Amino acid sequence: MNTVRQLDRVVIRFAGDSGDGMQLTGDRFTAETAKLGNDLSTLPNYPAEIRAPAGTLPGVSSFQIHFADTDILTPGDQPEVLIAMNPAALKANLRDLKSGGTIVVNTDEFTKRNLTKVGYDDNPLEDGSLDDYQVHPVALASLTIAALADFDVSKKDAERSKNMFALGLVSWMYSRPTEATEDFLRAKFKSKPAIAEANIAALKAGWNYGETAEAFAVRFEIPPAKLAAGTYRNITGNTALAWGITASGVASGLPVFLGAYPITPASDILHELSKHKRFGVTTVQAEDEIAAVGAALGASYGGALGVTTSSGPGIALKSETISLAVSLELPLVVVDVQRAGPSTGMPTKTEQADLVMAMFGRHGEAPIAVLAPQSPSDCFDIMLEAARIALTYRTPVMVLSDGYIANGAEPWKLPELSDLPDLSVEFATEMNAVDAKGEEIFLPFQRDPETLARPWAVPGTPGLQHRIGGIEKADGTGDISYDPVNHDHMVRTRAAKIAGVEVPDLEVDDPTGDANVLVLGWGSTWGPIGAAVRALREKGVSIARAHLRYLNPMPRNTGRVLERYDKVVVPEMNLGQLALLLRGGFPGTDVVGYNKVRGLPFTSNELTDALEEVIKNG
Amino acid sequence: MADAVKLDAPKLKAKDFKSSQEVRWCPGCGDYAILAAVQSFLPELGLERENIAFVSGIGCSSRFPYYLNTYGLHSIHGRAPAIATGLAVSRPDLSVWVVTGDGDALSIGGNHLIHALRRNVNLKILLFNNRIYGLTKGQYSPTSEPGKLTKSSPVGSVDAPFNPLSLALGSEATFVARTLDSDRAHLHEVLRAAAEHEGSAFVEIYQNCPIFNDGAFEVLKNPDTRDESLIRLRDGEPIRFGDKVVVQSGYGLQVKDAAEVDESEVVVHKADVDDPAYAFALSRLSGVALDHTPIGVFRSVKRPTYDKGVRSQVDEASAGVDRKEALDRLLHAGDTWTVL
Repeated sequence: MNTVRQLDRVVIRFAGDSGDGMQLTGDRFTAETAKLGNDLSTLPNYPAEIRAPAGTLPGVSSFQIHFADTDILTPGDQPEVLIAMNPAALKANLRDLKSGGTIVVNTDEFTKRNLTKVGYDDNPLEDGSLDDYQVHPVALASLTIAALADFDVSKKDAERSKNMFALGLVSWMYSRPTEATEDFLRAKFKSKPAIAEANIAALKAGWNYGETAEAFAVRFEIPPAKLAAGTYRNITGNTALAWGITASGVASGLPVFLGAYPITPASDILHELSKHKRFGVTTVQAEDEIAAVGAALGASYGGALGVTTSSGPGIALKSETISLAVSLELPLVVVDVQRAGPSTGMPTKTEQADLVMAMFGRHGEAPIAVLAPQSPSDCFDIMLEAARIALTYRTPVMVLSDGYIANGAEPWKLPELSDLPDLSVEFATEMNAVDAKGEEIFLPFQRDPETLARPWAVPGTPGLQHRIGGIEKADGTGDISYDPVNHDHMVRTRAAKIAGVEVPDLEVDDPTGDANVLVLGWGSTWGPIGAAVRALREKGVSIARAHLRYLNPMPRNTGRVLERYDKVVVPEMNLGQLALLLRGGFPGTDVVGYNKVRGLPFTSNELTDALEEVIKNG
Repeated sequence: MADAVKLDAPKLKAKDFKSSQEVRWCPGCGDYAILAAVQSFLPELGLERENIAFVSGIGCSSRFPYYLNTYGLHSIHGRAPAIATGLAVSRPDLSVWVVTGDGDALSIGGNHLIHALRRNVNLKILLFNNRIYGLTKGQYSPTSEPGKLTKSSPVGSVDAPFNPLSLALGSEATFVARTLDSDRAHLHEVLRAAAEHEGSAFVEIYQNCPIFNDGAFEVLKNPDTRDESLIRLRDGEPIRFGDKVVVQSGYGLQVKDAAEVDESEVVVHKADVDDPAYAFALSRLSGVALDHTPIGVFRSVKRPTYDKGVRSQVDEASAGVDRKEALDRLLHAGDTWTVL
């Protein structure tokens, strides 16, 4: 009989060759864990190469999941459990594993040849180099093949099911239910029932192996977390973004038009939206990034909600068209799923280094609204906000997600659709002014006095024919104007329009009220900063925190918040871009940057140390 | 134009398509003649002015939309076909026209042009070719002849030029035509054929720039030379001009003295020939010197349009869907769990 031990949290990493199905294995383990009611956070790590040679270090793909009986904020700094499907997976991930951690390793792949391929002179399973860990050597492939001997599948297909054997074993170790995975496999292999049944048998064989093999004396339970009541699902940032775009169409009653060109890590948004035609969503895979944003702007001109999605290199190409949208004053939502740059950089790795480009990366004075989601599920809400601002103020809005949020997943409490905001717009249909002769006329740049937005008169509206363009326009008439005073007025008016965008106040979390240091983040650092702040408070350290979802304009109370603290620590995965904006916008603030650009999210431990250091040094 | 809202007979006149803006091209610019021809042609569309949209890029020609009392969008350099694609896809009730030039369409915007053509988006693309950069005051363009002396090529351009029609045909264009700024009747006729075409219609208009490239098309206009140079293509008629005819030769076409050739050998023009090789061969009859230059409709064939294809997928999927309810179902699909 095995012992069952209770844990409050655990971090597991599944690692294998890119052909081993680790992402699927991780996804299914995540679904099982979510069903059990744990809070969780996940982080996939894809190989940079499309198809690196099998068994090599560049070919390693991994998936990390952190789950707990309390609410958690990050996928975990260090895994405590590593599932290594081959020597490359072991070598690539071992340095991240906690000392004393558990390793489940597929011994079938530890051949002389495979070991040499990744530079192991001796077999690490035998040379004592893993003595600090609890190693469970399991012949995953041969056990799977043996378990499927009576099934009508080839040996190759049987061997391919070894990831399900591993999933069954780990599910047993952490007491996860597997029924939903069985249903999933039946649905996935609907047209190949033999494969489905073989995978299910492998899953069960893995579970049973855990239960019967004496190697595993202990299994673990992690009780459900106390989350707010409601219906939940697991969601990645890119999916939430796509659904937020879809929801924006529903909330506004407008057709959505996505112009996009494939680029890592934003392509999944295009893929997802391409499936949503039933919502009146049109997707155009354009010939290039410029055409993608151009088509979206053309659709906005025609009365649709124009959206374009990309990553840094693509956004750079779109810059001129975004400036045109600033000048035309038409709605446009631009999504930048940031990745490590410059140039091609590291496409599969995360970074936050496009903030200054989003703010200023255009010619002329071309201000736009800039928003950043703070977590995967926040992508849904941020898209509705982006659509609200774009439609209300007739302006481009940039949404800065990143690779960490895009591919990371977390449970999401599903919103009540009765709470969906009303984003409906009023198109101009009538003349809006009278000329000197007393005749009714239409002025395409006659502004709403409150929002400074101009009327949106779409082609097809009788009597309102007008011409607009990138040449400076006379305010009101929209006629070409080189008048110096008018240009100055227009530049200032476009700036005032963006500065006046209504955004909610910045919320400050300062439970003791005596903190001298505020940690201020933006975007995907929300989770690691939150975990670090929690750890510090548990130690009795006072610290305040706030997180900017609105970067332009910043919340009206930002200055008042900043001046309450002696120091403001700004952790960013760049060399200090928000810090630059804060120093310019709020010169009295003592801004302390904490910056790393390793293509990886911050760990909560390093942030805890860094924040403590600042507090200690006063 | 199939989807655009046709009206019974709106009795609009050319003057109804004039905007209040003062036209500001250089005196003697070929653009004036083209504008007048377009304004006099537009009533023929049978559309209300609000259902017509002109989209342009940057360049002298791209000022065109300002002077038309329709909807107009003067965009950025080279991108008009991309912007117009978004508009045409999302608004089947509009007649969408693109006005561009040789620099705008063939140099900075070459990519958008070829992709609009291969997709067969329902756009009417008017390329004003003056073989020079006018707005930037006289640099050589991608249609300038080699050796051209300009401000940016003081000892002669070494660029090999594009043949715009060959390029359009290579891009799978379904409608390709050429006309002249100075020939109002022919321009009118070609515009009508382009408007009637469902899908991308590509029209090259030879346009004189009196300031930086005056007389570029003189050989086609001068009574002393035009009969030997200008070939008027007429569907179903043998191709003859002056005392010359066009015959098949090897893999292409060739100009021969009519006297040397039997009547049966003269090529009879057909714009709806499926194989683009014929239209391509026609486009190659003239070189940079404009000897033997055909004008008229080179090619006009039917192919499904991109915008209709995109719309029909969306329309089919979204017909009768309660979007809010569908959104609720999307959010709840797959693995979900409830916390009490």
